[in-house]
Amino acid sequence: MPRLDEDPFLTPPIITGGTPMKANKTGHWRSARPVIHDDKCTGCMLCWKFCPEACVTIEGDRPKIHLDWCKGCAVCVEECPADAMSLEDEEGA
Amino acid sequence: MTVKTSIPATEGLSAGHLACQGCGATLSMRYALKGLGQETVLVIPACCWTILAGPAPMSSVDVNVVHSPFACAAATACGVKHGLVSRGDEATCVVAWGGDGGTFDIGLQALSGAADRDEDILYVCYDNEAYMNTGIQRSGGTPRGAWTMTTPGPAGADRPKKDLDAIIAAHRPRYQATATPAYAEDMVRKFKKARAIKGFRFIRILAPCPPGWKYESGDTVALSRLAVQTGMFPLWESEEGRFRLNLSPGKRKPVGDFLRRQARFRRLTAEDEAAIQAQVDAAWEDFAKRA
Repeated sequence: MPRLDEDPFLTPPIITGGTPMKANKTGHWRSARPVIHDDKCTGCMLCWKFCPEACVTIEGDRPKIHLDWCKGCAVCVEECPADAMSLEDEEGA
Repeated sequence: MTVKTSIPATEGLSAGHLACQGCGATLSMRYALKGLGQETVLVIPACCWTILAGPAPMSSVDVNVVHSPFACAAATACGVKHGLVSRGDEATCVVAWGGDGGTFDIGLQALSGAADRDEDILYVCYDNEAYMNTGIQRSGGTPRGAWTMTTPGPAGADRPKKDLDAIIAAHRPRYQATATPAYAEDMVRKFKKARAIKGFRFIRILAPCPPGWKYESGDTVALSRLAVQTGMFPLWESEEGRFRLNLSPGKRKPVGDFLRRQARFRRLTAEDEAAIQAQVDAAWEDFAKRA
């Protein structure tokens, strides 16, 4: 579709996609961090699938949690079927 | 990437958004965008997602967003759709994305009008069962017995949840479905399907809310799953009036498994719980007849 930001004079107050919120690092919201234990991880990617932050990525055959954005909700820890994740308190939390 | 994922790997939701920890509505948006793709416009009335979409010019979704006043998400979506069509764009899917307050209560008239005219839009209600964005006030979507800021007494909300699905079904929509984040594949499939249908479509999502339902944020997906397994939130779809249950939980778990994990239901007595169980059982007898 035509981008509304190409039409400056007609632009109503509309947010156009394409400037992601990634600059907003929400990791400091966290009081505990999820940790993946590689020896138990089966690479099933349920942590990726259920992450409300979309801050888990798939790197090869393993998930990676990006702590710059992880708010520590622990959905991944609860859902991990291999019991390969734990929640560890942040220092000073 | 070497792993084959059960839902599309494309990511329309950006990290850094402003949702609470464990937000069910955000997880729902993530799946919805996987099903809808980028050729989509979201129309968002006042609700949590007004905030979550991000402060301009930043956005937490990779599609265009129009913020609408509380009462008129559906009407605004109709206008956007007609505008796009008049510019020669038939392909872009226009999606109204409102909470239960903006759907069950405040936006119901505009929604009914759009459904009645069979407008070519997809209306999505992410139902977290109260006005969560303003601090947990009771809405028409709040179930009986739930604590909210405006139903603080020992009995909780004294009116049953409004049967919005029946209200929408009475408009004979082209497509109607329910979805919840624990069943991600089902939700993505429904959004893909709804996108391809022309005319008025409606999806209601049960979106668990940690601060509003009062549970630990890590339980969001577990509660979403329990809502289905207990039979309290059946997953179904209806195409041109043809009703189909998507998932039969078989032997349903007792409703207490879902209710007792949420402090908003802490004051329910054993009799209250039995009454809810009886309602769920009766609803399933109905389903068995329809399906």
